[in-house]
Amino acid sequence: MTSVIDQPQAASAPAKKKKKKGSHNFSGSDRVTLGAFVGLPTILHVLFVWVPAVCTILLSFTFWDGIGGLKNIKWVGFTNYRQVFTLDENLPVAIRNNILWLLVFALVASPLGILLAYYIDKNLKGTQLYQTSFYLPLVISLAVTGIIWDNVFRTDGVLNSILGNTNADTAVSWLGDPHKNIWVVLFIASWRHIGYIMLLYLAGMKSVDPSLREASAIDGASEWYTFRKVIIPSLRPVNVIIVVVTIIESLRAFDLVFILNRGTNGLQTLGVLVYDNIQGEGTRIGWGATYATLLFIICLGPIMVYLYQNFSKGND
Amino acid sequence: MVTGNKSKTGQRVAIGVLSVFSLIWVLPIAFTILQSFRPFSDVVTKGVMSWPNHLTFDNYIHAFVQSRMWLFFFNSVEVAIPAVVLTLFLASMIAFVLSRYESRFSVPMLMLFTAGNLLPPQLLFIPLFRIYLKIHVPHFINSNGVLYDTQLGLILVHVAIQLGFATFVLTNFLRTIPKEISESALVDGANVWNHFFRIILPLLRPALASLGVLMTTWIYNDFFWAIVLLKTGNKRPITAALSNLQGEFNTDYNLLAAGACMAFIPTLLVFFAMRRHFVAGLTLGSTKG
Repeated sequence: MTSVIDQPQAASAPAKKKKKKGSHNFSGSDRVTLGAFVGLPTILHVLFVWVPAVCTILLSFTFWDGIGGLKNIKWVGFTNYRQVFTLDENLPVAIRNNILWLLVFALVASPLGILLAYYIDKNLKGTQLYQTSFYLPLVISLAVTGIIWDNVFRTDGVLNSILGNTNADTAVSWLGDPHKNIWVVLFIASWRHIGYIMLLYLAGMKSVDPSLREASAIDGASEWYTFRKVIIPSLRPVNVIIVVVTIIESLRAFDLVFILNRGTNGLQTLGVLVYDNIQGEGTRIGWGATYATLLFIICLGPIMVYLYQNFSKGND
Repeated sequence: MVTGNKSKTGQRVAIGVLSVFSLIWVLPIAFTILQSFRPFSDVVTKGVMSWPNHLTFDNYIHAFVQSRMWLFFFNSVEVAIPAVVLTLFLASMIAFVLSRYESRFSVPMLMLFTAGNLLPPQLLFIPLFRIYLKIHVPHFINSNGVLYDTQLGLILVHVAIQLGFATFVLTNFLRTIPKEISESALVDGANVWNHFFRIILPLLRPALASLGVLMTTWIYNDFFWAIVLLKTGNKRPITAALSNLQGEFNTDYNLLAAGACMAFIPTLLVFFAMRRHFVAGLTLGSTKG
């Protein structure tokens, strides 16, 4: 009840100016400044991020051809969800690909990134050079990354040339064969992801108390053992970040498959299906919104974990 | 002595692993650069792995002049620079309030921005695309009179999304700086406006530099929003315009390589010049304080 009583007083404060015993005494112009400083960014962020996000979720429960105005939107409950799971033959492929993406990132790429961080951290000769080369893909757009690796994997590309498959009959279609191309794409995506994880881990390792390592070394533990049993467990915040980054990045998969073959023929992902149903040949806004909402639901887990990690223990 | 031997083998393994991996990282990029200097006819007749007879700038000249890659490069810059400046400015303002005038709304607000930054872009684009077709803008911005297919529209989306990350990072950064610095200014009677511009903004400089380098790269490299929110070929940024170089039936891969190099060499140069900032930017959000 007290808060209800407090409210009007607070509102009338600017008229009476100062003299209030609150922690801050603001003049009228200060209030305007503070309001603008908070208001402008918040309005922009909410209007262009949260409002569309909520609209998409609502749209997933409707039919809309997008041609008529908003009054042509029909509420249909879970019909879109039932339809995409029973009618769209692209969905199983997309789900398989997103799951593969997640598995390869989580089981291969992220551990490799951590392993490379361990080796880089030894500060051997030339370590700067190695480090720089692993960062390079992070600076290059995924669209350009696709073009770079296309040189290697296209039918008349480097890999077939090395393998001796130079004539058209024996050449392997690495990107055209729907049973092979997803693995090629995952290799390329990992090429980028490994460097990112390495960078994050390396930064985390710099913050480890050196006495931890010394103590472990005195106990006769090997460096590798120390890394696994002492360093990795002590980097819990970084580990959480890496889990979050790994999941979110693998769900966002779009650019790479789109530049390679527009995300068709074995390279469908949830991100591509959203695009296809909105700007592709057939416009099915309800389906597109449904795929986007599915993506959101899967992202919700890592987003919660990330928020919990950053905001749970007060603001330490 | 045993441990000495052991660590020697350990070192050899480390160098071996690092060298092999580095090669996988560098060779494809180096190969693309090499391809960009070779004439397509040469590669067609002799194969991609053949030894180059002569190297030429023709692909670059073609990409630059006929395919107008310079135009697309400037399109990218025209979006990235204003978007980054605006993001950093707006994020500094709100980070300043959230960290210096804390209230019970500070944490929920910060959570809103942080979570917003993690949403998949596909979740936003359906309504945004529709809204952009409805928002009217003056004709000097777009001859169609709507926000869709304008660079302004692209800038606004980038700012709104990146604000999430920037606000999170800058607020955490300011929280690590002792408040006493501000308090002395407040004793001197500085108002909120001066407190921000005279005290906080200069303090933020290192974080702004790192974030600025990182976000410029991100926005310059954006592909998704560019193909979703722009229709006119001439307005496209360089990442999206590269597909212009892919022919419908036959692609001149060497020309494409030259285009790709023109797209990534600016970011590579920025990276080499400001590597420290780039790395710091990426880790600012992950290791708080």
